[in-house]
Amino acid sequence: MGSNIALKEDDIKGVKMAAKISIPVLRIDAREKAGGWTHYIADYEFDNLQHGRFLRSERARAKIIEIRKPDFPEGYYYIDASDIPPGGKNNIQMIKDDWRVFADGDVRYIGETIALILGPEKQIVLDLLNQIEVVYEDLVPSFTFQDALSCKGGAIHGTDNIFAEFLLNIGDVDNAFPGAVRVVEGVYETGFQEHLYMETQGIVATWEDEKITLYASSQCPFYIRKSVAGTLGVPLGDIRVKQAATGGAFGGKEHFPDVIATPLAVAVNKIKKPVAMIFDRIEDISFTCKRHPGRISIKTGLDRDNNIVAMEIDTLVNGGAYESSTPIVLQRAIIHGLGVYRIPNARIHGRAVATNTFPSDAYRGFGAPQGLFAIEMHMSHIADEIGMPVSQFKRKHFIKTGDITITNAKMHDDVKLPGMLAKIEEMSDYSEKVKKYEDDPLRGIGLSFVNHGGGFTGNGEQAVIKGVVKMKRLEDGKAGLYVSVVEMGQGLQTALRKIASKELELDYLDIVYDNPDTDIVPDSGPTCASRSTMVVGFLVQECAKKLKIKWDEGVGAEAEHVYTHPEEFVWEQETLQGDAYPSYGWGVNVVEVELDPFTYEVKTTGVWAVWDVGVTIDETIMQGQSSGGVIQALGYASIEKCELKNGAFMQRTMADYTIPTSLDFPEVHTVFIDNPYKYGPSGAKGAGELVFDAAPPAYAEAVQNAIGKRIYEIPVTPEMIMEALR
Amino acid sequence: MDKIKVTMTVNKKTVETEIEPYARLLDVLRDNFGFTGVKEGCGIGECGACTIIMNGKKVNSCMILAAQAQGSEILTIEGVENADGTMHPVQEAFLEKGAVQCGFCTPGMVISSYHLLNKNPEPTDLEIKEAISGNLCRCTGYKQIISAVHMAADNMKK
Ligand code: FES
Ligand code: FES
Repeated sequence: MGSNIALKEDDIKGVKMAAKISIPVLRIDAREKAGGWTHYIADYEFDNLQHGRFLRSERARAKIIEIRKPDFPEGYYYIDASDIPPGGKNNIQMIKDDWRVFADGDVRYIGETIALILGPEKQIVLDLLNQIEVVYEDLVPSFTFQDALSCKGGAIHGTDNIFAEFLLNIGDVDNAFPGAVRVVEGVYETGFQEHLYMETQGIVATWEDEKITLYASSQCPFYIRKSVAGTLGVPLGDIRVKQAATGGAFGGKEHFPDVIATPLAVAVNKIKKPVAMIFDRIEDISFTCKRHPGRISIKTGLDRDNNIVAMEIDTLVNGGAYESSTPIVLQRAIIHGLGVYRIPNARIHGRAVATNTFPSDAYRGFGAPQGLFAIEMHMSHIADEIGMPVSQFKRKHFIKTGDITITNAKMHDDVKLPGMLAKIEEMSDYSEKVKKYEDDPLRGIGLSFVNHGGGFTGNGEQAVIKGVVKMKRLEDGKAGLYVSVVEMGQGLQTALRKIASKELELDYLDIVYDNPDTDIVPDSGPTCASRSTMVVGFLVQECAKKLKIKWDEGVGAEAEHVYTHPEEFVWEQETLQGDAYPSYGWGVNVVEVELDPFTYEVKTTGVWAVWDVGVTIDETIMQGQSSGGVIQALGYASIEKCELKNGAFMQRTMADYTIPTSLDFPEVHTVFIDNPYKYGPSGAKGAGELVFDAAPPAYAEAVQNAIGKRIYEIPVTPEMIMEALR
Repeated sequence: MDKIKVTMTVNKKTVETEIEPYARLLDVLRDNFGFTGVKEGCGIGECGACTIIMNGKKVNSCMILAAQAQGSEILTIEGVENADGTMHPVQEAFLEKGAVQCGFCTPGMVISSYHLLNKNPEPTDLEIKEAISGNLCRCTGYKQIISAVHMAADNMKK
C-alpha cells in the first residue's frame, strides 16, 4: 500500500518535490504586507468621505410601529427603504432575494438593518443614531429547531419555516434494517462559529465617473455588483466593484458584503458622495453571519460481522431569518453525510429551517464540517459499542474507487485512504498511543477521516457560474491575467501566477494580476467552494496554453477560456442525483490531548495531518493552509462558543469569543500525498476547506478517549466534560 | 473641547499635530501621520493588530491616548525596514517561511517579533509563543510565524 503514495524522506519536514510546481516561491503579496504598505479598505483615502452607521433592530421579531428621529443637521442623512429608486427593489439579490436591504414594517432578527445614518463627522453620526427611537410591537420569536419546526409564533418563511428539504437515498434502507443484529443511534450537535477574520467587514461606495463604484473587502466582487444592480434596478454594467486587499474572509465575505453594499449604494445613488462603512469589532461579531448550527441524528444497523448494513440520517441546520446560501449549505452537509464510508443502504433527510436568529451563511467547509463531525463521531461510537478499535472499524468501511456514493454515482477518485492512514500512523504512533492511553484517565487520542468535494455542487460550475478567464500579452514579455477570484490570504495571487507562468514558460513575477475590478476582469465566479485553484486555476492553465500559441502575434495577443463541464460527470439538479463533485480532497487527522483533572481544561499535545489535494501548487502556501485551517477547526471544536440569548449573540468581543492564540495548540505536522486530478491545474484539487474538516472530530474523539465518555457535541467545553464525568 | 498640540518622534522623524484630547494614538498615527500599517483589529486591546513600540515598550496603540504619547519615541511597522528600503531580517524571515497570509495581523506580529529579538536574541519556542500571544492571527495557525522568528534570530546572529 505504501507504493501508491509517492512519499520521500523529506515529506516529514513538509518539503515534497514530487511536482515541480510545488516548489515554493516567495508569495507575491508578502513583501508589501510585511512592510505595512498594503492598503486595506480602512486605509484608503477619499475626498469628502461620509461615514455611515446602521440603525439596527433591537428585537428578534416585532412590528415597527414608529421611528422617532431627531432633526438632522445639514449634510446628515437618514436613508431607508423609501430611498430605493423607482425600478429598484428592497431585496438583496443573493441566491434568493428574500433578505431585505432595509427592514420595512417589521424586523426579523436582532441587528437587522432598518436604516443607514450618515454624514461627515463620525461622532455626530453616532449621536444621531443614539437619539433615534424605534417603537416596536413585539411578536413571538422563534429561535430553536423545535421552535422552527412547530412554527412558533407563526411561520417566518413560507408556511412551514423550511428553507429547503432534500432526501437522498441509496439501496433499500427499510428492508435492510430488519436484518441488522445491532442498532446504534446518536444525535450530534455543532454550534455557531464566527469567522473572526482579522480585518472587519468594510466597504466604501463612491460616485465616480457618473457611476456607483464600490471598494470592498470581499470574496466575490461580482456578487456585490449583482446585488447592488438589483437593488437599484440598473443594468449590471452601471455598477463597478473593485476588490480591496482583504484581511481574511473564510466565507464571511462571500454574501455578507452584499448586506452592507446595498444600503450604501442606495445612499450614494441619492447623495452622490462617497460613503464608508467599516465595522468595528463588536459590531462585526454581533451582527455578521455565522456558521450554521447543525443537529444530526444517525441510526445505524450492523450485521453479525459488524458490517454496516443500513444507515438513516436526519440533518437539520439553522438558517436564521433569511435564506441566503442556506439550501446549498444543507446540500453539502448531506452529500458529505456518509463521510468517507461505503454504506450499502442509506437515507439522508435534510432540512434547513428559518428562525429569528441572525442569518447563517457560508463558512469554510460550507456544511461539510457539520455532516462530517456527526458521521465521524458516530463511527467512533459504533466502534466503542462493538469493542473494535476505531481505526479498524472505520477502515473496514472506507469507500473505494468505483463504489456508489449517496447521490447514486460512482466514486471516480483514486481513493488513497489506506496509504494515508499508514502514513499518519507512522507520523503520530496512533495505534501505539491508543493502547497506551487505554487505562490513562487523562490522556486520549483521536483519528478522523474526511473528504471534501471541490467546486460547486453538481453541475453548478456549468449551470450557474460559467467561469471565464482572460489573458493578454503585455509589453516587456509579461502577460496579464484577468480573473474575478480574489486573494484573501490563501495565496491565490501567487498560485494563479505560478499556474499561468508554467504554461507560458515565464517567471511567475512576469504575470501581471491586480485585485479584480468588475469593469476589467471577466466573471470567473466567486472565491469560494475550494474552486479558485482547482476550477479557475484549470481555466487559467488552459487559457495560458491558448495564449502561448498566439504569443508570437505580439503585444496585445489575447486568449479567453470558458468553463466546460467534463462530459463524464453527470448530474440532475432536481433530484440531486449523479456526480455531486468531479473530485474530492481527502484527509486524515490525528489529535492527541491531555485533561487537567481539576479544571477540566483540555490541552492538545499533538496534531498530525495527511492530505490528498491532488498536487500542491506551492508547498509553503499549502503548509500554511493546513496549519491555519486545522487550528481554526480546533478552535471550533474546543473554545469557540457562540451562544444566543433571546436571539442575540452573547459573545460580543474577542475576549468573550476567543480564538486560538499562539499558546493554545502545538504545531500541526502536515504531509501532502500526491494524487493528481486530471481536470486540475498540474493535477491540483480543492484544498482550502478540506483542511478545516477533519480536526473537530479528531479532537472530540481524543477527548472522549481520555475521559471514557462519548461526546456528541462541539465545542467541547470544560463544563461539558465536567458534566460527562459527574 | 479645545484641540491640543502633540509632538512625537515616529520612525525617527519628529512629527507634530493638533488632536482632540480623547483621540487614540492608533487614530492619530493612522489619520494624522499616515502610518496606516498600524491596523485596527478590535479597538479594545484584544488582538494586537495595532502593536507599536513606544519608548522601547511594546504597546497596543488603540489603548493609549495620543496625548499620553507627547514627547515619546515611537516605532511603527513602517519604521522597521532598513533605511535603504531593504527589509529587516524579521520581515525577510516572515517572507521566507510563509508567515504572511492575509497580512492583517502581520504588522503587529512583526513588531512583536522585532521587540522580542531585541531583548532576547535566542528565544525558545515558548518564549516566541509568549511574545506573540497578544497578537491574534486567524490565517496561519502560528506555525510559520514561530519558525520565522527562529530564522530571524539565526540570521541576526550572523
Ligand atoms: S486594535 Fe488594538 S489590540 Fe486590537
Ligand atoms: S495572516 Fe491573516 S490574520 Fe494573520
